[in-house]
Amino acid sequence: MSDLEAKYADKMNLLVFEPLKLERSWTLPAYRSIGGYDVWEKLLTEKPDRGSIIEQVKASGLRGRGGAGFPTGTKWSFMPRNSPVQKYLVCNSDESEPGTCHDRDILRFNPHALIEGLAIAGYATNTTVAYNYIRGEFLGEPAPRFEAALREAYEAGLLGKNIRGSGVDFDLYTFIGAGAYICGEETGLLESLEGKPGKPRFKPPFPANFGLYGAPTTVNNTLSFASVPTILRKGPAWFASLGPANSAGTMIFSFSGHVAKPRNLELPLGTPFADLLELNGGMLRGAKLKAVIPGGVSVPVVPGDIMMKTNMDYDSVKAAGSALGTGAAIIMDETTCMVRVLERISRFYKSESCGQCTPCREGTGWMNRLLQRMLAGEARREELGLLLDVANRIEGHTICAFGDASAWPVQSFLKHYRHEFEYMIDHGGRSLVTEQLGARAA
Amino acid sequence: MSNARSSVGVAGTALMSKLSLLSEETRREIDHWVAKFPPGRQRSACIAALRAAQEQNLGHLTPDLLDAVAEHLKLPPIQVYEVATFYSMFEIHPCGRHHVSICTNISCMLNGAEALVAHAERKLGIKLNESTADGRIFLKREEECLAACNGAPMAMVDHVFHENLTAEKLDKILDELK
Repeated sequence: MSDLEAKYADKMNLLVFEPLKLERSWTLPAYRSIGGYDVWEKLLTEKPDRGSIIEQVKASGLRGRGGAGFPTGTKWSFMPRNSPVQKYLVCNSDESEPGTCHDRDILRFNPHALIEGLAIAGYATNTTVAYNYIRGEFLGEPAPRFEAALREAYEAGLLGKNIRGSGVDFDLYTFIGAGAYICGEETGLLESLEGKPGKPRFKPPFPANFGLYGAPTTVNNTLSFASVPTILRKGPAWFASLGPANSAGTMIFSFSGHVAKPRNLELPLGTPFADLLELNGGMLRGAKLKAVIPGGVSVPVVPGDIMMKTNMDYDSVKAAGSALGTGAAIIMDETTCMVRVLERISRFYKSESCGQCTPCREGTGWMNRLLQRMLAGEARREELGLLLDVANRIEGHTICAFGDASAWPVQSFLKHYRHEFEYMIDHGGRSLVTEQLGARAA
Repeated sequence: MSNARSSVGVAGTALMSKLSLLSEETRREIDHWVAKFPPGRQRSACIAALRAAQEQNLGHLTPDLLDAVAEHLKLPPIQVYEVATFYSMFEIHPCGRHHVSICTNISCMLNGAEALVAHAERKLGIKLNESTADGRIFLKREEECLAACNGAPMAMVDHVFHENLTAEKLDKILDELK
């Protein structure tokens, strides 16, 4: 164990990854052995005031882990708890933000934490039916793991109608998507759950008032729900104390790209980026760090030297000019041609735009074609201004945040690496990076 | 497109039923999904129904199968068509029975995904979005990130993830597809 690993040993895997040290961590006996379902069973026997559960989640400072960071307890408080209509809870396991790969591991390695978290949220919001929306590509391993855990929970009498004679009902169903990034947007996800194309809805009304089938609905990310049981078991104050102000608790950081030993690490928010990079084995082939997209591809890129001085929490990453997003850092070394990377990112947005808002549908295509022209050596200098202009005309002009997410990479890549784009335009499509580094460049 | 397709009316008022195109197993699978939703909300089972129908037909959907799904779910056919054409995991044109998606999104791109795609194209003698002549392999153009970024480069083959790929590993995976 390195010194750094020793330093973080007692801060690692405190929450959702806690059972990972156990064999077959995804089974009910493994989960129960760390106190799993204790909170749920206590709720069933003591039936405390529902509002008190929401207050505890609020006090913990837990923020939505799907990218937006909205306070989870506050979101729950928006549900009309006393409304007699059928309300719904929906878990967003449509993990598809490029660079992000930790919800998959929750489904594979600790599905019971998610089930218990959903059950607790059901009790707190007085909701008896929930769906877990799992992306279609997870059909092979994560979805069956979750389904098996769900069967175990039903067989153990932890879910269903009038659970253990408590009068509490809670039914949870698995839903499986079919490949569409936009279904990760909560209202796109609800449309998809209704069996339609996943085109986001205009908000307001928000899902708490008009959600699934028009009924009050709360949508949270997988990691958010799965964090709740341990927060209540170990206490909101304990959770809040793990991270700095405004960034309570832990995050599962997914590092990828040019890192030597990329892996998912559950550590407190506020952990320095430089330490996380070293815990991931450092840079691949010992190359020099060039740039980082710190929170999934939809947040602005940050030069490496700035990231090396930044802690991974909401406020620090924001101060560095980006956002914590999903806590998924994409690492790029000095051999990376930023024009090529931005072209790939823009192709992703072009292909995944749902098409209902004109600025996004047309603009994402424009941005990608402009970048392709640069790579082909066909672009003129003024097209850089056009590229930025198109990005600015998408940002803030669409129904959902996808439009903004497609514009931010363009704006930030041009802000920090404009010289690479200019060089390529001036030199008939040749990359500055390739020319400087020769054969070493990717 | 045959004339028979236009003879299917709205909400299952088919002049010529295509229900028999769905196997008993497929229909059981669809009904299993319908049961998860409130009464009258069987439209929610549309995605699962299309997946079952595509599986039954060895990897792609046909216009007749879309109609059959609509008929079984008692939905206007257009509601099934719009779903089948929106989601990337549905194939509405004939293609190979094994779907091979090499992830080329950012984390995989940074770890050599483009070279892997070129390798697969050379080996199979086809381009992205094409199928081998024997109908064995469909080399899908995958634009999404498949969420296994710290195992980059990776590929999904018929729902199974293969991580930390090399050209040699990919060869072995492709060779084993029957």
